[in-house]
Amino acid sequence: MGKLLLLMLEGTFTSLKIFFLTLLFSLPLGLIVAKGRMSKFRVVSSIVNGYIMIMRGTPLILQLIFVYFAPYYIFGASTDRFTAVIIAFVINYAAYFAEIYRGGIQSIPQGQIEASKVLGLSKFHTFTHIVMPQVVKTILPSMGNEVITLVKDTALAQTIGVAELFRVAQNAAARQFSTTPIFIAGLFYFIMNGVVSKSFDLIEKRLDYYK
Amino acid sequence: MSIIEVINLKKTFTSLEVLKGISFSLNEGEVLSIIGPSGSGKSTLLRCITNLERVESGTIIIGGDTLVETSREGKVLYADKETTSRIGQRLGLVFQNFNLFPHFSVLRNITEAPRHLFKYSKEEATELALSLLEKMGLADKAGAYPYQLSGGQQQRVSIARALALHPQVLCFDEPTSALDPELTGEILAVIKELANEQMTMVVVTHEMAFARDISNRVIFMDEGLIVEEGEGDALFVNPKNERTKRFLSRF
Ligand SMILES: Nc1ncnc2c1ncn2[C@@H]1O[C@H](COP(=O)(O)OP(=O)(O)O)[C@@H](O)[C@H]1O
Ligand SMILES: [Mg+2]
Repeated sequence: MGKLLLLMLEGTFTSLKIFFLTLLFSLPLGLIVAKGRMSKFRVVSSIVNGYIMIMRGTPLILQLIFVYFAPYYIFGASTDRFTAVIIAFVINYAAYFAEIYRGGIQSIPQGQIEASKVLGLSKFHTFTHIVMPQVVKTILPSMGNEVITLVKDTALAQTIGVAELFRVAQNAAARQFSTTPIFIAGLFYFIMNGVVSKSFDLIEKRLDYYK
Repeated sequence: MSIIEVINLKKTFTSLEVLKGISFSLNEGEVLSIIGPSGSGKSTLLRCITNLERVESGTIIIGGDTLVETSREGKVLYADKETTSRIGQRLGLVFQNFNLFPHFSVLRNITEAPRHLFKYSKEEATELALSLLEKMGLADKAGAYPYQLSGGQQQRVSIARALALHPQVLCFDEPTSALDPELTGEILAVIKELANEQMTMVVVTHEMAFARDISNRVIFMDEGLIVEEGEGDALFVNPKNERTKRFLSRF
């Protein structure tokens, strides 16, 4: 039993690595994608829109397989499995985050941006100090949903053979002819998402000082 | 010396010609009121002067610097970025619906621009903001957030915010139109006090008695044109144009 838990903690560590690395890269990338989607240059916004539609319109599991195997067919060399997982997750989640950012940015009244301009604040300053702080507050609930989904999606990494938590649990279950490891894995995911929910609640409370 | 000089300004939205050739000038220390029916282009005029809208043709000179001019061939030429921001600093704009930053305290709403533009220290900016709030009768609201204030108080904060940049001209676009009738008085009193201090102002308003009271000059606009212009209260006492008469008879 102790050995099983140790194995599962190792798998959990891999899951958490996927989780945090995905957030680390997709949160900023999503903002750049959102900016591209809102570009006044039609070529840019169309291309970015196409990318978003593909990412949201096809299963993540398919994208994972594609990212892992495509380089092999094109260049004859394959990427490292874990790297492929991170790339696939990042480009997929960046697309979802981009749409959330876009909604948030567009919800800021134009009048505030004009006020900022007339006050002589730079476009950059307006974006970082006037727009984004308010965007964070408005998008927090949708972001929370997305991040909870990400915790569960990490289980898909096993598709291309990365031994994350769920894969470890399944292997153990097969070895021991018991479903217990699977239920323990379920408990792990549940706890991780409890932490995620709690964190979002806390941030929401901290941003409650204005309406 | 005129601080704002507008010559033959034209502005079109897609196919709608909103300003059809506006010319006027404003001298230092003057209060100019612009009246006219809604849709006549008053806001658009202010937005062109404050560079929130691009003009189709015409010339705007502010404090001796040319914001935009039009060549004889009809080519519109805007000033470079540096000149534009120098010109922008000379103008303040107070909006109909305040446009305060809801996530900033009253104090920060006022200090943000001076700190960013003039590189004021936090202490300098705070001191400036507090003295302006004092003047607006809001000394006790520095720490409040905009949602905690009445419309009239929010508008007074937005006036303080504009004044914090020491503009040479302060423009108002219907500063009382979004307020409950019982709150308009406090804003009009503030503008009147500024007029007494020789602040140069352009005021778009529907408050006729107020315009008559504070203005050195009044412009009546209709359908994108200046129909009539009068010194002091001449436009109210003795309107010459039929359209002006008809408009004023409604009040
Ligand atoms: N951004 C815009 N796009 C299209 N039409 C506009 C825009 N802004 C103003 N207009 C039109 O221009 C005309 C003048 O508007 P405005 O300057 O707001 O008038 P006023 O302030 O005198 O009421 C109106 O017919 C209005 O519908
Ligand atoms: Mg208007």
